[in-house]
Amino acid sequence: MTQQEALFRFAVRMGDNSLVLGHRLSEWCGHGPQLEEDIAQANIALDLIGQARNYLTYAGEVEGKKRSEDDLAYLRTDRDYLNVLLCELPKGDYAQTIARSFLFDAFHLPLQQALTTSTDERLKGIAEKAVKEVTYHLRHSSEWLIRFGDGTEESHSRAQVALNDLWRYTGELFIPDEAEEMLAKAGVVPKLGDIQKEWSATVGRVLKEATLNRPADGWAASGGKKGVHSEHLGPMLAEMQTLQRTYPGVEW
Amino acid sequence: MSKEQDFPLWEIFIQSKRGLDHKHVGSLHAADAQMAIENARDVYTRRNEGNSIWAVLAENLHASKPEDQGAFFDPADDKVYRHPTFYVMPKEAKYI
Repeated sequence: MTQQEALFRFAVRMGDNSLVLGHRLSEWCGHGPQLEEDIAQANIALDLIGQARNYLTYAGEVEGKKRSEDDLAYLRTDRDYLNVLLCELPKGDYAQTIARSFLFDAFHLPLQQALTTSTDERLKGIAEKAVKEVTYHLRHSSEWLIRFGDGTEESHSRAQVALNDLWRYTGELFIPDEAEEMLAKAGVVPKLGDIQKEWSATVGRVLKEATLNRPADGWAASGGKKGVHSEHLGPMLAEMQTLQRTYPGVEW
Repeated sequence: MSKEQDFPLWEIFIQSKRGLDHKHVGSLHAADAQMAIENARDVYTRRNEGNSIWAVLAENLHASKPEDQGAFFDPADDKVYRHPTFYVMPKEAKYI
Protein backbone atom coordinates (compact mmCIF):
# COMPACT_ATOMS: atom_id res chain seq x y z
CA MET A 1 0.00 0.00 0.00
CA THR A 2 1.38 3.40 -0.93
CA GLN A 3 0.88 6.38 1.31
CA GLN A 4 -1.47 7.83 -1.30
CA GLU A 5 -3.65 4.70 -1.14
CA ALA A 6 -3.57 4.84 2.66
CA LEU A 7 -4.65 8.48 2.65
CA PHE A 8 -7.49 7.65 0.26
CA ARG A 9 -8.73 4.87 2.54
CA PHE A 10 -8.50 7.08 5.61
CA ALA A 11 -10.35 10.00 3.99
CA VAL A 12 -13.03 7.62 2.69
CA ARG A 13 -13.45 6.09 6.17
CA MET A 14 -13.80 9.47 7.85
CA GLY A 15 -16.32 10.49 5.19
CA ASP A 16 -18.25 7.23 5.44
CA ASN A 17 -18.45 7.34 9.24
CA SER A 18 -19.96 10.81 9.07
CA LEU A 19 -22.19 10.10 6.07
CA VAL A 20 -23.64 6.86 7.43
CA LEU A 21 -24.23 8.19 10.94
CA GLY A 22 -25.60 11.42 9.46
CA HIS A 23 -28.07 9.41 7.41
CA ARG A 24 -29.14 7.37 10.44
CA LEU A 25 -29.75 10.55 12.46
CA SER A 26 -31.66 12.11 9.57
CA GLU A 27 -34.14 9.23 9.88
CA TRP A 28 -35.46 11.00 13.00
CA CYS A 29 -36.43 14.05 10.97
CA GLY A 30 -40.17 14.45 11.46
CA HIS A 31 -40.23 11.58 13.99
CA GLY A 32 -38.33 13.06 16.94
CA PRO A 33 -39.63 12.53 20.47
CA GLN A 34 -40.28 16.26 20.71
CA LEU A 35 -40.00 19.12 18.27
CA GLU A 36 -36.82 20.57 19.79
CA GLU A 37 -34.97 17.22 19.64
CA ASP A 38 -36.19 16.63 16.12
CA ILE A 39 -34.50 19.86 15.06
CA ALA A 40 -31.37 19.12 17.10
CA GLN A 41 -30.85 15.73 15.44
CA ALA A 42 -31.46 17.21 11.99
CA ASN A 43 -28.80 19.86 12.73
CA ILE A 44 -26.31 17.24 13.85
CA ALA A 45 -27.08 15.11 10.79
CA LEU A 46 -26.39 18.12 8.57
CA ASP A 47 -23.08 18.79 10.35
CA LEU A 48 -22.03 15.18 9.74
CA ILE A 49 -23.07 15.21 6.10
CA GLY A 50 -21.12 18.45 5.64
CA GLN A 51 -18.03 16.71 7.05
CA ALA A 52 -18.64 13.75 4.73
CA ARG A 53 -18.64 16.11 1.75
CA ASN A 54 -15.25 17.53 2.74
CA TYR A 55 -13.70 14.11 3.27
CA LEU A 56 -15.11 12.47 0.15
CA THR A 57 -14.14 15.42 -2.03
CA TYR A 58 -10.60 15.15 -0.69
CA ALA A 59 -10.59 11.36 -1.11
CA GLY A 60 -11.56 11.79 -4.77
CA GLU A 61 -8.69 14.24 -5.30
CA VAL A 62 -6.18 11.97 -3.56
CA GLU A 63 -7.29 9.01 -5.66
CA GLY A 64 -6.85 11.01 -8.87
CA LYS A 65 -9.52 9.17 -10.86
CA LYS A 66 -11.81 12.16 -11.09
CA ARG A 67 -14.42 10.70 -8.74
CA SER A 68 -16.50 13.45 -7.10
CA GLU A 69 -18.02 13.45 -3.61
CA ASP A 70 -21.31 12.40 -5.20
CA ASP A 71 -19.71 9.53 -7.14
CA LEU A 72 -18.20 8.23 -3.91
CA ALA A 73 -21.37 8.66 -1.86
CA TYR A 74 -23.94 7.40 -4.34
CA LEU A 75 -22.16 4.97 -6.62
CA ARG A 76 -20.27 2.68 -4.23
CA THR A 77 -21.76 -0.56 -2.91
CA ASP A 78 -21.56 -1.56 0.74
CA ARG A 79 -18.34 -3.56 0.21
CA ASP A 80 -16.60 -0.31 -0.72
CA TYR A 81 -17.91 1.56 2.30
CA LEU A 82 -15.25 1.67 5.02
CA ASN A 83 -17.21 3.05 8.00
CA VAL A 84 -17.17 1.37 11.40
CA LEU A 85 -20.12 -0.92 12.16
CA LEU A 86 -21.26 1.30 15.05
CA CYS A 87 -22.38 4.03 12.64
CA GLU A 88 -24.57 1.81 10.46
CA LEU A 89 -26.71 0.15 13.15
CA PRO A 90 -30.43 1.00 12.97
CA LYS A 91 -31.51 4.03 14.95
CA GLY A 92 -33.52 1.92 17.43
CA ASP A 93 -35.34 3.75 20.21
CA TYR A 94 -34.18 7.15 21.39
CA ALA A 95 -31.95 5.68 24.10
CA GLN A 96 -30.17 3.59 21.46
CA THR A 97 -29.77 6.58 19.17
CA ILE A 98 -28.33 8.67 22.01
CA ALA A 99 -26.07 5.89 23.33
CA ARG A 100 -24.68 5.19 19.85
CA SER A 101 -24.08 8.89 19.20
CA PHE A 102 -22.39 9.25 22.57
CA LEU A 103 -20.04 6.29 22.04
CA PHE A 104 -19.13 7.62 18.59
CA ASP A 105 -18.88 11.31 19.57
CA ALA A 106 -16.54 10.45 22.48
CA PHE A 107 -14.24 8.86 19.88
CA HIS A 108 -14.85 11.42 17.14
CA LEU A 109 -13.94 14.50 19.20
CA PRO A 110 -10.41 13.50 20.30
CA LEU A 111 -9.79 12.15 16.79
CA GLN A 112 -10.75 15.45 15.18
CA GLN A 113 -8.79 17.39 17.81
CA ALA A 114 -5.70 15.33 17.04
CA LEU A 115 -6.19 15.84 13.30
CA THR A 116 -5.92 19.61 13.78
CA THR A 117 -2.17 19.00 14.17
CA SER A 118 -1.91 16.68 11.14
CA THR A 119 1.00 17.22 8.78
CA ASP A 120 -1.56 16.98 5.96
CA GLU A 121 -2.93 20.49 5.37
CA ARG A 122 -6.28 19.36 4.05
CA LEU A 123 -6.99 16.95 6.92
CA LYS A 124 -5.97 19.72 9.27
CA GLY A 125 -8.32 22.22 7.65
CA ILE A 126 -11.29 19.85 7.68
CA ALA A 127 -10.64 18.99 11.34
CA GLU A 128 -10.45 22.62 12.42
CA LYS A 129 -14.00 23.15 11.20
CA ALA A 130 -15.27 19.78 12.45
CA VAL A 131 -13.94 20.17 16.01
CA LYS A 132 -16.48 22.88 16.86
CA GLU A 133 -19.35 20.81 15.48
CA VAL A 134 -18.30 17.60 17.17
CA THR A 135 -17.79 19.39 20.50
CA TYR A 136 -21.47 20.23 20.39
CA HIS A 137 -22.46 16.71 19.29
CA LEU A 138 -20.68 15.19 22.29
CA ARG A 139 -22.24 17.72 24.61
CA HIS A 140 -25.71 16.94 23.26
CA SER A 141 -25.38 13.14 23.43
CA SER A 142 -23.71 13.27 26.90
CA GLU A 143 -26.45 15.46 28.31
CA TRP A 144 -29.16 13.11 27.10
CA LEU A 145 -27.38 9.98 28.25
CA ILE A 146 -27.04 11.51 31.72
CA ARG A 147 -30.73 12.47 31.72
CA PHE A 148 -31.75 8.97 30.68
CA GLY A 149 -29.43 7.22 33.11
CA ASP A 150 -30.25 9.49 36.01
CA GLY A 151 -33.92 9.79 35.04
CA THR A 152 -36.79 7.38 35.54
CA GLU A 153 -36.53 3.62 36.05
CA GLU A 154 -37.67 3.11 32.47
CA SER A 155 -35.22 5.60 30.91
CA HIS A 156 -32.39 4.18 33.01
CA SER A 157 -33.07 0.61 31.97
CA ARG A 158 -33.42 1.53 28.29
CA ALA A 159 -30.13 3.43 28.37
CA GLN A 160 -28.35 0.53 30.08
CA VAL A 161 -29.74 -1.99 27.57
CA ALA A 162 -28.61 0.26 24.71
CA LEU A 163 -25.08 0.52 26.14
CA ASN A 164 -24.87 -3.23 26.70
CA ASP A 165 -25.98 -3.89 23.11
CA LEU A 166 -23.65 -1.33 21.55
CA TRP A 167 -20.54 -2.02 23.61
CA ARG A 168 -19.35 -4.85 21.34
CA TYR A 169 -19.15 -2.37 18.45
CA THR A 170 -16.78 0.02 20.22
CA GLY A 171 -13.67 -2.18 20.00
CA GLU A 172 -13.48 -1.72 16.24
CA LEU A 173 -13.04 2.04 16.60
CA PHE A 174 -9.55 1.54 18.00
CA ILE A 175 -8.18 -1.33 15.91
CA PRO A 176 -6.01 0.35 13.27
CA ASP A 177 -5.97 -1.06 9.76
CA GLU A 178 -2.89 -1.04 7.54
CA ALA A 179 -3.67 2.44 6.23
CA GLU A 180 -4.06 3.94 9.70
CA GLU A 181 -0.82 2.33 10.91
CA MET A 182 1.09 3.68 7.93
CA LEU A 183 -0.34 7.20 8.29
CA ALA A 184 0.21 7.25 12.06
CA LYS A 185 3.91 6.46 11.53
CA ALA A 186 4.13 9.36 9.09
CA GLY A 187 2.46 11.74 11.58
CA VAL A 188 -0.53 12.30 9.33
CA VAL A 189 -3.08 10.77 11.69
CA PRO A 190 -2.97 10.07 15.45
CA LYS A 191 -2.40 6.65 16.97
CA LEU A 192 -5.79 5.12 17.76
CA GLY A 193 -4.41 3.86 21.07
CA ASP A 194 -4.06 7.48 22.22
CA ILE A 195 -7.61 8.26 21.12
CA GLN A 196 -8.84 5.22 23.05
CA LYS A 197 -7.43 6.59 26.30
CA GLU A 198 -9.38 9.83 25.89
CA TRP A 199 -12.51 7.94 24.83
CA SER A 200 -12.28 5.70 27.84
CA ALA A 201 -11.92 8.66 30.22
CA THR A 202 -14.92 10.48 28.70
CA VAL A 203 -17.05 7.34 28.77
CA GLY A 204 -16.09 6.67 32.38
CA ARG A 205 -16.92 10.21 33.49
CA VAL A 206 -20.29 10.42 31.73
CA LEU A 207 -21.47 6.92 32.69
CA LYS A 208 -20.64 7.67 36.31
CA GLU A 209 -22.68 10.84 36.25
CA ALA A 210 -25.47 8.97 34.46
CA THR A 211 -25.37 6.22 37.14
CA LEU A 212 -25.00 3.68 34.33
CA ASN A 213 -22.73 0.63 34.46
CA ARG A 214 -19.80 0.36 32.12
CA PRO A 215 -20.32 -2.94 30.26
CA ALA A 216 -17.48 -5.47 30.46
CA ASP A 217 -15.13 -5.66 27.48
CA GLY A 218 -15.56 -8.91 25.59
CA TRP A 219 -15.84 -10.04 22.01
CA ALA A 220 -15.66 -7.09 19.64
CA ALA A 221 -17.48 -7.02 16.32
CA SER A 222 -15.37 -5.76 13.44
CA GLY A 223 -15.22 -5.79 9.66
CA GLY A 224 -16.75 -2.45 8.71
CA LYS A 225 -13.33 -0.85 8.30
CA LYS A 226 -12.48 -3.32 5.54
CA GLY A 227 -15.90 -3.27 3.90
CA VAL A 228 -17.46 -6.30 5.58
CA HIS A 229 -20.66 -4.88 7.00
CA SER A 230 -23.69 -5.92 9.02
CA GLU A 231 -26.97 -6.69 7.26
CA HIS A 232 -28.13 -3.15 8.07
CA LEU A 233 -25.91 -1.12 5.73
CA GLY A 234 -27.17 -2.53 2.40
CA PRO A 235 -30.82 -1.48 2.85
CA MET A 236 -29.73 1.93 4.16
CA LEU A 237 -27.55 2.56 1.11
CA ALA A 238 -30.32 1.31 -1.18
CA GLU A 239 -32.58 4.00 0.18
CA MET A 240 -29.89 6.67 0.19
CA GLN A 241 -28.75 5.90 -3.35
CA THR A 242 -32.05 5.11 -5.02
CA LEU A 243 -32.47 8.41 -6.84
CA GLN A 244 -28.96 8.45 -8.30
CA ARG A 245 -29.20 4.74 -9.23
CA THR A 246 -32.59 5.16 -10.90
CA TYR A 247 -31.78 8.37 -12.76
CA PRO A 248 -27.99 8.35 -13.21
CA GLY A 249 -26.50 11.83 -13.28
CA VAL A 250 -29.76 13.50 -12.31
CA GLU A 251 -29.49 17.05 -10.95
CA TRP A 252 -32.06 19.25 -9.29
CA MET B 1 -44.60 11.67 20.79
CA SER B 2 -44.26 12.40 24.48
CA LYS B 3 -46.69 14.84 25.96
CA GLU B 4 -45.22 18.31 25.62
CA GLN B 5 -46.92 19.39 28.82
CA ASP B 6 -44.32 17.24 30.60
CA PHE B 7 -41.82 20.04 30.00
CA PRO B 8 -42.42 23.67 31.00
CA LEU B 9 -42.46 26.48 28.47
CA TRP B 10 -39.48 28.84 28.15
CA GLU B 11 -39.27 32.21 26.44
CA ILE B 12 -36.11 32.70 24.43
CA PHE B 13 -34.20 35.93 23.88
CA ILE B 14 -31.33 36.12 21.40
CA GLN B 15 -28.66 38.77 21.12
CA SER B 16 -27.54 38.91 17.52
CA LYS B 17 -24.43 41.04 18.07
CA ARG B 18 -22.43 42.16 21.06
CA GLY B 19 -23.77 45.42 22.40
CA LEU B 20 -27.28 44.99 20.99
CA ASP B 21 -30.36 44.09 23.02
CA HIS B 22 -31.51 40.54 23.56
CA LYS B 23 -34.69 40.27 21.51
CA HIS B 24 -37.56 37.90 22.09
CA VAL B 25 -37.57 35.30 19.31
CA GLY B 26 -40.13 32.76 20.51
CA SER B 27 -40.65 29.96 22.97
CA LEU B 28 -39.90 26.27 23.38
CA HIS B 29 -40.30 23.38 25.82
CA ALA B 30 -37.43 22.10 27.95
CA ALA B 31 -36.94 20.25 31.23
CA ASP B 32 -34.52 22.78 32.71
CA ALA B 33 -32.50 25.90 31.92
CA GLN B 34 -29.57 24.06 30.38
CA MET B 35 -31.82 22.11 28.02
CA ALA B 36 -33.70 25.31 27.19
CA ILE B 37 -30.48 27.03 26.13
CA GLU B 38 -29.32 24.04 24.09
CA ASN B 39 -32.72 23.71 22.43
CA ALA B 40 -32.71 27.44 21.70
CA ARG B 41 -29.33 27.04 20.05
CA ASP B 42 -30.82 24.40 17.75
CA VAL B 43 -34.20 25.98 17.15
CA TYR B 44 -33.34 29.68 16.86
CA THR B 45 -29.67 30.10 15.91
CA ARG B 46 -29.27 27.72 12.97
CA ARG B 47 -28.68 30.48 10.47
CA ASN B 48 -26.06 32.34 12.40
CA GLU B 49 -28.50 34.66 14.18
CA GLY B 50 -26.98 34.38 17.61
CA ASN B 51 -24.23 35.61 19.86
CA SER B 52 -25.87 35.08 23.24
CA ILE B 53 -29.01 33.35 24.50
CA TRP B 54 -31.29 34.10 27.44
CA ALA B 55 -33.93 31.61 28.52
CA VAL B 56 -36.67 32.60 30.98
CA LEU B 57 -39.38 30.32 32.34
CA ALA B 58 -42.57 31.61 30.74
CA GLU B 59 -44.33 31.44 34.12
CA ASN B 60 -41.85 33.98 35.47
CA LEU B 61 -42.90 36.60 32.96
CA HIS B 62 -45.61 38.96 34.16
CA ALA B 63 -47.55 40.85 31.55
CA SER B 64 -49.80 43.89 31.63
CA LYS B 65 -53.45 43.13 31.03
CA PRO B 66 -55.12 44.01 27.71
CA GLU B 67 -58.04 45.65 29.59
CA ASP B 68 -55.57 48.03 31.28
CA GLN B 69 -54.49 49.42 27.91
CA GLY B 70 -56.69 52.48 28.18
CA ALA B 71 -55.61 53.49 31.67
CA PHE B 72 -51.97 52.63 31.06
CA PHE B 73 -51.19 54.07 27.70
CA ASP B 74 -53.83 56.44 26.39
CA PRO B 75 -53.08 59.36 28.78
CA ALA B 76 -49.66 59.69 27.13
CA ASP B 77 -51.29 60.41 23.77
CA ASP B 78 -52.33 64.03 24.47
CA LYS B 79 -49.22 65.21 26.33
CA VAL B 80 -47.14 66.44 23.47
CA TYR B 81 -44.94 68.41 25.90
CA ARG B 82 -43.45 65.10 27.03
CA HIS B 83 -41.79 64.79 23.66
CA PRO B 84 -38.82 67.10 23.12
CA THR B 85 -40.26 68.56 19.92
CA PHE B 86 -40.32 72.25 20.89
CA TYR B 87 -36.65 72.95 20.59
CA VAL B 88 -35.14 74.52 17.53
CA MET B 89 -32.52 72.11 16.33
CA PRO B 90 -29.26 73.38 14.91
CA LYS B 91 -28.92 72.41 11.24
CA GLU B 92 -25.71 70.49 11.91
CA ALA B 93 -27.45 68.01 14.25
CA LYS B 94 -29.05 65.75 11.73
CA TYR B 95 -29.77 62.57 13.58
CA ILE B 96 -31.51 63.54 16.77
